[in-house]
Amino acid sequence: MAEESLVRIRGLAKDYKRGAETVHVLHALDLDIPKGDFLALMGPSGSGKSTLLNLIGGLDRPTSGTLEIAGQRTDTLSDAQLGRWRANHVGFVFQMYNLLPVLSAQRNVELPLLLTKLSAAERRKRAGAALSLVGLAERAGHKPRELSGGQEQRVGIARAIVSDPTILLCDEPTGDLDRKSGDEILDLLQALNQQQGKTIIMVTHDPHAAARAKRTLHLEKGQLIREAA
Amino acid sequence: MKFLHLLWANLQRKRLRTWLTLASIVVAFLLFGILQTMRAALTGGADLAGVDRLVTIHKVSLIQSLPQSYLNRVRGVEGVRVAMSHDWFGGVYQEDRNQVVAMTADPNLFFEVYPEYPLPEEQRAAWRADRTGAIVGKIIAERFGWKLGDTIPLRSNIYTKADGGNVWDLKIVGIFDATNGDNNSVYFQYDYLNESRAFGRDQIGWIVMRINDTNRSAEIARTVDALFANSSTETKTSTEKAFVQGFANQMGNIGAIVTAVASAVFFTMLLVIANTMGQSVRERTNELAVMKTLGFSSFQVTAMVLAEALLITLLGAVIGLAIAALAATGLAKAMQQFFPTLGMPSDTYVIGALVAVGLGTLAGALPCAQAWQLKIVDALRKA
Repeated sequence: MAEESLVRIRGLAKDYKRGAETVHVLHALDLDIPKGDFLALMGPSGSGKSTLLNLIGGLDRPTSGTLEIAGQRTDTLSDAQLGRWRANHVGFVFQMYNLLPVLSAQRNVELPLLLTKLSAAERRKRAGAALSLVGLAERAGHKPRELSGGQEQRVGIARAIVSDPTILLCDEPTGDLDRKSGDEILDLLQALNQQQGKTIIMVTHDPHAAARAKRTLHLEKGQLIREAA
Repeated sequence: MKFLHLLWANLQRKRLRTWLTLASIVVAFLLFGILQTMRAALTGGADLAGVDRLVTIHKVSLIQSLPQSYLNRVRGVEGVRVAMSHDWFGGVYQEDRNQVVAMTADPNLFFEVYPEYPLPEEQRAAWRADRTGAIVGKIIAERFGWKLGDTIPLRSNIYTKADGGNVWDLKIVGIFDATNGDNNSVYFQYDYLNESRAFGRDQIGWIVMRINDTNRSAEIARTVDALFANSSTETKTSTEKAFVQGFANQMGNIGAIVTAVASAVFFTMLLVIANTMGQSVRERTNELAVMKTLGFSSFQVTAMVLAEALLITLLGAVIGLAIAALAATGLAKAMQQFFPTLGMPSDTYVIGALVAVGLGTLAGALPCAQAWQLKIVDALRKA
């Protein structure tokens, strides 16, 4: 199982300094996530689920332990190497969408492609395809403020998948949406997992959202306490 | 280039703020261009001065006269090729507002001292032959419609005649097109003024000499001044360039004034742009963190912030200097009679570009440091 894992975590720990106090957020975590998995991470606030997501995504560095993704040790990479690695391997979906308000949906989706050597025409074509995939091709020219929350999140998902990343990391992707829009987003994520084979790790508080995942892990006080199928 | 739309979009984030900042920068560079133009106008004569000419004036000031006898003694100094005197006439033509730069000269020596004033031989001869003859610049001739053969009454606001009048009739015998741009002046014979003025007879205003070897100008100047040392009328001899510069500096050190005003304006601009950029970066800490999350390096994000500061500063500089150049062209036409060399100096563009880059870089420094040090996790958590 371990050698087939896309994500392989061993002894992962993360501490934060808060003044003189050291806060142990994650404790010697071991975890394997196979390719094509759709994993929901649940747990109360402060349990360490977002920290784990940030560590997997290379946004933060572990205090100790190893992190291997698609055969690459990411815990040893420099900041610049991590940046390049993120651009090639990770797509992020945020709770608050985090689109650039000054850019159109099309330009927002194109943003990660600016780091590639693709021509402007090719970037436009790929961004258009990603927007079509999330059902927003006709809204390509609209700015985020002209879109609904659900549409903004779909643009966020299009931006996350446009560079065909190895893994999709979603931090409360439905947390700011009503049930109907949330369901549409979950439908989309499920389709990306089932039809495109995308590996997805989703942090959520919502059991309804977690139910759409293939499996759910619960974190409490920085430790994995049980796994639900 | 592929990031250009991103830069432009960011500048349009708060349009009013961007426009106001841009307008401030435009005004600063417009002012800089105009100040540079005025500085060049007031000191430009110095650049046109002959390198092989020295000027001797009264040690106290230019307005004190010298005895005419000094001229021959200067001519006797070894290394002096030719020497001639001038007297300031202070001319007015018809109305007080028509101020005319009029000076006496020696028609037999004038063209040897000033080879940059081309004039046909028959006009030179006519000037030598006619005691009341005058040669005039083509700009002033066009301005007043003067033609060869015309007799013009020129009133002096310095001298009076022995009979009580103050108008000298001058016959125009030559119209020159000087290559040094001095085409607003009137030159007429010293003897004509000297014989008829009620006071200041046999006095001269200053002496201009042309020397054989420019490397000896300091030595010759010292020799000339030594001739009249410890007399009641001591002299001060300098190069023509220093003389013209000193004339301009009677109003103060123009260069220092321009530099001081421009520095104050640009320092204010630095604060304005730095504040704008600082605000702009603070407002989108989250967006910068998102860009870093997507894989943009700290260098790329920082470069983008710096590019924004440079873009707005350079844009403002280009617009400001373009307006200043247009204004200078308009001023040059309107004030040609007073400032024949008026125009925005070409080095203004180079200095302006350097100032704009310096301003943009300094103004962007702090926001750049913030962007560089931005920690993704902290920034996203605050959002």
